[in-house]
Amino acid sequence: MAFFIETLISGLMAGMLYSLVALGFVLIFKASGVFNFAQGAMVLFAALAMARFSEWIPAWLGLESKFLGNLIAFSMAAVVMFALAWLIERLVLRHLVNQEGVTLLMATLGITYFLDGLGQTIFGSNIYQIDVGMPKDPLFLFQDTFPGGILVSLEDVYAAIVAALLVGALSLFFQKTSTGRALRAVADDHQAAQSIGIKLSRIWVIVWFVAGITALVAGVIWGSKLGVQFSLSTIALRALPVIILGGLTSVPGAIIGGLIIGVGEKLSEVYLGPFVGGGIEIWFAYMLALVFLLFRPQGLFGEKIIDRV
Amino acid sequence: MSDSNTTSNPTNAGTGQFPAGPPQGKLPPSGGSAVHAVTNVGGQFSAGPPQGKLAPGGGSAVHAVTNVGGQFPAGPPQGKLAPAGGSAVHAVTNVGAKSIGDVILDVKNISLSFGGVNALNDISFDVREHEVRAIIGPNGAGKSSMLNCINGVYVPQQGTISFRGQTFKHMNSHQVATMGIARTFQNLALFKGMSVVDNIMTGRNLRIKSNIFLQALRIGPAQREEEAHREFVEHIVDFLEIQAYRKTPVGQLPYGLQKRVDLGRALAMEPQVLLLDEPMAGMNMEEKQDMSRFILDVNDEYGTTIVLIEHDMGVVMDISDRVVVLDYGKKIGDGTPRQVRENEEVISAYLGTSH
Repeated sequence: MAFFIETLISGLMAGMLYSLVALGFVLIFKASGVFNFAQGAMVLFAALAMARFSEWIPAWLGLESKFLGNLIAFSMAAVVMFALAWLIERLVLRHLVNQEGVTLLMATLGITYFLDGLGQTIFGSNIYQIDVGMPKDPLFLFQDTFPGGILVSLEDVYAAIVAALLVGALSLFFQKTSTGRALRAVADDHQAAQSIGIKLSRIWVIVWFVAGITALVAGVIWGSKLGVQFSLSTIALRALPVIILGGLTSVPGAIIGGLIIGVGEKLSEVYLGPFVGGGIEIWFAYMLALVFLLFRPQGLFGEKIIDRV
Repeated sequence: MSDSNTTSNPTNAGTGQFPAGPPQGKLPPSGGSAVHAVTNVGGQFSAGPPQGKLAPGGGSAVHAVTNVGGQFPAGPPQGKLAPAGGSAVHAVTNVGAKSIGDVILDVKNISLSFGGVNALNDISFDVREHEVRAIIGPNGAGKSSMLNCINGVYVPQQGTISFRGQTFKHMNSHQVATMGIARTFQNLALFKGMSVVDNIMTGRNLRIKSNIFLQALRIGPAQREEEAHREFVEHIVDFLEIQAYRKTPVGQLPYGLQKRVDLGRALAMEPQVLLLDEPMAGMNMEEKQDMSRFILDVNDEYGTTIVLIEHDMGVVMDISDRVVVLDYGKKIGDGTPRQVRENEEVISAYLGTSH
């Protein structure tokens, strides 16, 4: 039982990271109808920026305090993500207004490769560590109930708290602020949104920036666990089934979808793996997505597509 | 409100018999013996900020002003609802006559073509303050194109549009909205996932000034501002008689009601000019009557200038003050409904020749 719970928890932790990446997809898709293939590349780019800034900045400024160094590095990385959002709007999206979804998807594919290259040119292509001072100690819970207790990494717990805070802040932003309302308005109807004085260009910068911040948070958490390396870019592919599961337009869907897939991967690997030869973890999510596409194409929480004739 | 309207003649409302009316000196030259009856319910009257618009101010007083049988004096926006940042809710009613003001929107020599197709050909007309101005014409006459030019969706190849004397070579939608021009859409363009109230609330977007962090946390002034805007939206909901559907996602509402929400969202912007693109398209008789009533009420109560495109000739002739007739991108008639009705060219182009 204890082992089951441990597997479950480690699945939830992995799922949380998928959720964060999927969240970036959903935010951009909702606000601009663009399926942003570059979300994974943004995670890598943000993580690289964070990793290198946290290395460079204390050296430049002669800072002793690690916390301060990390804080400045994080802010700098956020500024970089903002600049990126602004540039993408200026150089790419603005010129593709009202184009087909496929055109925009191709554009984001281009952005993906551009970012992969640019990131490594600026920040280097080695494996880097992000050390934000997360405790690495293991934690044993419920030692009375289960023999040996349940092993939980304290780092995972902190990561979960950070992710939850981010999601909370985002939902406040979307539900309670006029800008959030404007974002939802743009997501529903561009032309009507413009007619009430919402500036599309501004909204797009904001939403790409917000997606950049979620990428940064995901990148920092992932990077501090496993190190920052090129393979982080392919995390976008891992998030695809999450979006299919949760629904492309649903923020809660992205979160719950991520958790389901994370847990599903781990549990299936542990409990089904021995029967089918292992390696389920790699394809489980895609199989699940396929099943959903067959039976519930709009996902768990997506808007049902009804065509009135 | 202007001075003249704040003068109270509590008795004799609406009879038109009151001899002197308000002090003559204060009445702008609007000709005639206007009778102003101002009923001031539930609070003191604040002769508020710029140009006699009804005052916001810190308080939360509710003003209901009824101007029965009176004439709105010419001049700046009369009886407009509170400008940005206000927290007071004012209901202004000016039942009866209204007065047409100066030219607020002047369209000069507009030509618009798409590729080789001339959608608009040297169109000029003006819109006066407080009037209901209709643009009519057969299908493909260029009515919607005209509206889209004013709204900044299309950029005409030639011509200028002036709003309150300011001339624009071309406008963009954001600018237009900021200047106080709102619009509704021929094919519904609502935010389908949002509730009725939220949809209308988006119309307040330009007016929300609080810091985004304060908004998110609902702190202090941001909270008060939000409440004031909500109150304003509720007022519109009452006005349009859609209280029962406040929380319903608009996508689930029947067509006629969605049209009302569309109007409500535009009204929430407190526009000086309201552009209505076929507000009654696809409606049944009863819905058309309701919509006509709303349009006239908006025009009367808030003094909002209205430019509308409509197919239904009966409706147009009933509710508009002046009519522009377009045909194949050219202007073939302009004047009061009566004049237009008697215009030979219009008759042959649109109404059909009488037998």
